[in-house]
Amino acid sequence: MATPLLTRRAAIGAAAGTIVATAAHAAEPTTLLNVSYDPTRELYRDFNRAFIKAWKAKTGETIVVNQSHNGSGASARAVLDGLPADVVTLALAADIDALAKRGLLAADWQTRLPDNASPYTSTIVFLVRKGNPKQIHDWPDLLKPGVEVITPNPKTSGGARWNFLAALAWARRQPGATDASVEAYIRALFHQVPVLDTGARGATTSFAQRDLGDVLLAWENEAFLVRKEFGETDFETVLPSVSVLAEPPVAVVDSVVDKRGTRKVAEAYLQYLYTPEGQEIAARNFYRPRDPAIAAKYAKVFPTITLATIKDFGGWDKAQTAYFADGGLFDRIYVPGK
Amino acid sequence: MRLARRSVLPGFGLTLGLTLTWISLIVLLPLAALVLRPWELGISGIWHSLTEPRVLAALRLSFGAAALAAAINVPLGLLIAWVMVRYRFPGRGLADSVIDMPLALPTAVAGISLTALFAPKGWIGALLVPLGIKVAYTPLGVLVALIFVGLPFVVRMLEPVIVDLPADAEEAAATLGATRLQTLWRVVLPALGPTLLAGFGAALARGVGEYGSVIFIAGNMPMVSEIAPLLIVIRLEQLDYAGAAALGVATLVLSFVILLLINRLQRRFARS
Repeated sequence: MATPLLTRRAAIGAAAGTIVATAAHAAEPTTLLNVSYDPTRELYRDFNRAFIKAWKAKTGETIVVNQSHNGSGASARAVLDGLPADVVTLALAADIDALAKRGLLAADWQTRLPDNASPYTSTIVFLVRKGNPKQIHDWPDLLKPGVEVITPNPKTSGGARWNFLAALAWARRQPGATDASVEAYIRALFHQVPVLDTGARGATTSFAQRDLGDVLLAWENEAFLVRKEFGETDFETVLPSVSVLAEPPVAVVDSVVDKRGTRKVAEAYLQYLYTPEGQEIAARNFYRPRDPAIAAKYAKVFPTITLATIKDFGGWDKAQTAYFADGGLFDRIYVPGK
Repeated sequence: MRLARRSVLPGFGLTLGLTLTWISLIVLLPLAALVLRPWELGISGIWHSLTEPRVLAALRLSFGAAALAAAINVPLGLLIAWVMVRYRFPGRGLADSVIDMPLALPTAVAGISLTALFAPKGWIGALLVPLGIKVAYTPLGVLVALIFVGLPFVVRMLEPVIVDLPADAEEAAATLGATRLQTLWRVVLPALGPTLLAGFGAALARGVGEYGSVIFIAGNMPMVSEIAPLLIVIRLEQLDYAGAAALGVATLVLSFVILLLINRLQRRFARS
């Protein structure tokens, strides 16, 4: 039979080719795996298409970019357990820090790219039902009797941790706020929560599809997406007086790209997020762009709100221990007599 | 033990070897890996991580709901198995395969459909809410999900035993003047006792480990409707592998002890 012989010859030729030519012009296209969190599916689908085209124009090389999505914490754990991610694009720096602590990438990863390695930002907003029947305009309204608040579990969801910090930011800015008054607000807030889903998408489903609750604390991009998917007529976005600047960071996973020889393309991939094209795609998918020109263009879509940053809470390490680790503020809410 | 003794059947050494290898690879090795994991916490660390109020509440819910669901499934399963074996009716074949559905259905699908049904706006939920009964997002929801997944275990264990149950024993009881209730109570149930217990054990074990169908309907509120398997997942997400393994081992040991007790009881039942 002629065919197997031919393929074998082609394979040998290709193998020889890779050995001779140092540039990776092998028969197999270079692949890149981007491990990300739940709500970025649509963003990276668009972005990958644009990057593949740009990379081809620049180097002549055709590449394949694969995506993997899960809750941010679950994604980080998958990479830790051996999922070969060339780049990670997660919901919060703490999850990439966890990888850095276990030696998968350099500890200074967040300084290797501009803007804390977060090419786009988002914030936390309220999504309410049409006409805002419970008159929810700001954080104190969430405590009104009979108001049910939907948020995922901060233990398992990155988005929920930003929700939690946004609520904290508001409570801490109230006149005469003390640690006790802040804790009391958070405690009261979570007593209005009837269900704790494990991830942001689950919470969105509970609110939008199961008609559960009166207000969803959500990523701004997720709120836009719900209104796009379920129709503008059913839901309204409410901007609270204070929220949090959510910085979803990106990083090249050193141990993986060095083994697979993909460092160059992985770094170019992340840098492309900062180009005007990349910023435009982020803005179109409802993430707030960093580039001032693009931000100005989309100023109508993203109104200005007072935003606290993670630095106000002393960084992720501190916030994680104080609020989300075992025995932290979130645990204390539910444990009686402590 | 006299392993060397010649058996009538050939191939004893070969089959025993295969069995032991298989059990080691599929069951013992993963279990050993699990049991070895928590020790990095130290004894006091393990004790501490298992006696948190939230963990105790989750274990109470998981075992309590599983036991209650199994207790409800035993009479219900007996009834269904009895009807399936003893009566012929149109659509019996169909009904028979429907019983296996909870086994075949991906548990997440079961959970999502049950939640859609029992949510306050769902078909059944909408009827129950005016009566003040909330099922979805409460511990009651956990119970409903566990009844659903546990039922086929009881039915499938009972059916072959009922088939083998000699009808002449019942007929003899009747000719000797026993009432129908007396026949049921003194003739049928004692014969089925050990199997009923085994069915209870199987449904209980399944319920304790069930994750997929429960998390959708439970609401997952700490101290109220959070099951032990979810706490294990939460600990994994926090990269607390040792804590997760400690809780895993605790559920395993508890289940093992309960199943052992049921086995004991069953043997005593069978002897009497």
